[in-house]
Amino acid sequence: MGELKTELKNKIITSLNLEDISVEDINDNDNLFGEGLGLDSIDALELIVMLDKDYGIKLTDPKEGKKIFESIETMAKFIEENRTK
Amino acid sequence: MENCYINGIGCISAQKSFEKDYLIEPIVYSEENILKVVKPNYKDYISPAAVRRMSSGVKNGIVASTMAINDAGIESPGAIITGTGMGCMQDSEKFLNNLINHDEEYLTPTSFIQSTHNTVGGQVALGLKCKAYNFTYVNTGVSFESALLDGLMQVENQDGQNVLVGGIDELADHTSKLYKLIKHTKSDDEAPYDIINKRTKGSISGEGAAFFVLDKEKTANSYCKLADVKFVNNLENSGLETFVNDFLASNDLIASDIDVILFGNNGDIEFDSYYDQLEPLFGEAAILYYKHLFGEFMTSSSIAVSLGSDILRSQSIPGALFKNEVSHPKGEIKNLLIYNQYRGKDHSLILLKNV
Repeated sequence: MGELKTELKNKIITSLNLEDISVEDINDNDNLFGEGLGLDSIDALELIVMLDKDYGIKLTDPKEGKKIFESIETMAKFIEENRTK
Repeated sequence: MENCYINGIGCISAQKSFEKDYLIEPIVYSEENILKVVKPNYKDYISPAAVRRMSSGVKNGIVASTMAINDAGIESPGAIITGTGMGCMQDSEKFLNNLINHDEEYLTPTSFIQSTHNTVGGQVALGLKCKAYNFTYVNTGVSFESALLDGLMQVENQDGQNVLVGGIDELADHTSKLYKLIKHTKSDDEAPYDIINKRTKGSISGEGAAFFVLDKEKTANSYCKLADVKFVNNLENSGLETFVNDFLASNDLIASDIDVILFGNNGDIEFDSYYDQLEPLFGEAAILYYKHLFGEFMTSSSIAVSLGSDILRSQSIPGALFKNEVSHPKGEIKNLLIYNQYRGKDHSLILLKNV
C-alpha cells in the first residue's frame, strides 16, 4: 500500500505538471482538490483517465469520484480493492 | 492614412529580450541549428496553478503581451489580435502522440484544449478579463503581418481604441525532427553555422513571441509610427522590385528615402536570393539582418518589428545586426523598412517611421 501511494504521488506530479511539488510535500491525507493540492475539474478528468489506463478501473458513476479522489489515502484504497491490472 | 503609433513592446526570444539593451552583448549562436527562447521568470507573470498546463508558446505569449501592456501603461486593450504560423505545436504533438501510443483510447483533455491556434489570444484575454475583439490569424509566413494589418485598420477605424497585436510560434521536438529531415532546418553536421557566408539548404530554426500596443495617440513612450504593411503570397523574383517600389510609392517614398532596411536572411541557399536582389536598390541604407540571433520561424518578422522600433526610438543600431559594412546612417533614421519572405513565398513589407 505504501508503495502504491508513492507511485500515485509520482504519477500525479508528472501527469499534472506540478513542477514545484515533490513526493514529500504530499501527505497521504491531504485534500487533493480545493485547499490542499489545489487540483481542479480538468485534473479530475486526467485522474479518471489515469485510473483506467494504469489500473484498469473504469469509473461508471461520476459521483464516486468525489470520494475516491479525496486524498492519496482514499485513492490508494480504492485502487487496491478494484484494480484489474 | 491615420497615424498609428507603437506605444508598447514585449518580446521573448532566443536573446534576453526581456532585458533592456540586450543586444549590447548578444548571445552569439554558431553551433546551434535550433534556437530556443531564453526563458523569463514565468511565475512573475502567470500564477503557478495556470502555468503548469501551458506550453512554452502560451507562456511566452502571455509574458510578452503583459510586458507590452505594462510598457504602454494601459490596463486593457480594445482588441487582441495574434498571428501564429504553427500554433501550439507542443500540445498538438502531445495529444497526437497519446492518440497513437494508446490506440485512440485514454485521451486526456488538457493537451487537446491547449493545442488550438487561438490558445494564446484566449489566455491573454482571460488573464486581462478582456472581452473585446479577439482574432487569431494562421497564414503561414504572413500570420503576424495579417494580425498587424488588422491592428492597423482597427486603430485607423476605431476612435480611442488601442490594440494589442502579437506574433507567436514555438518549437516542438517531433516537428523539429521533421524539419531537419526535409531540410527546412540545416543539418546537424554543418556547424559552425554562418547564415551570410556559408549558405546551404534550410535555415536556423527558432521560436519566440513579440507583442505590440498600437494606438492612434502618440505618447512619451512611443517607439515609432507603424506607417504601412503589405504582403503577397506568391511573387516571382522578377516582380520583387516592382512590389517594393509600388509599396514605397504608395507611401510617397523612393528607395533612397529608406535609411535602414531589415532583411530576413536565414542562410537558405534556395531563397536568400530575394534579399540579394533587393540589396542594390538600397545602396545608401544600412542593411541589417537578425535571424542569426533569433532563428527562423513563421512569425519571426514580429521580432524584426521589435528591433526596428527600438532602433527608431534610440536612433542607434546594435552592431550585431549589420549585414553590410558597419555604416550607421549619418543623419536621423527616419524610415525603416522590413522585408521578409518564408521559403520563397509570403513576401511582406512593413514600414516604420520615426516620430
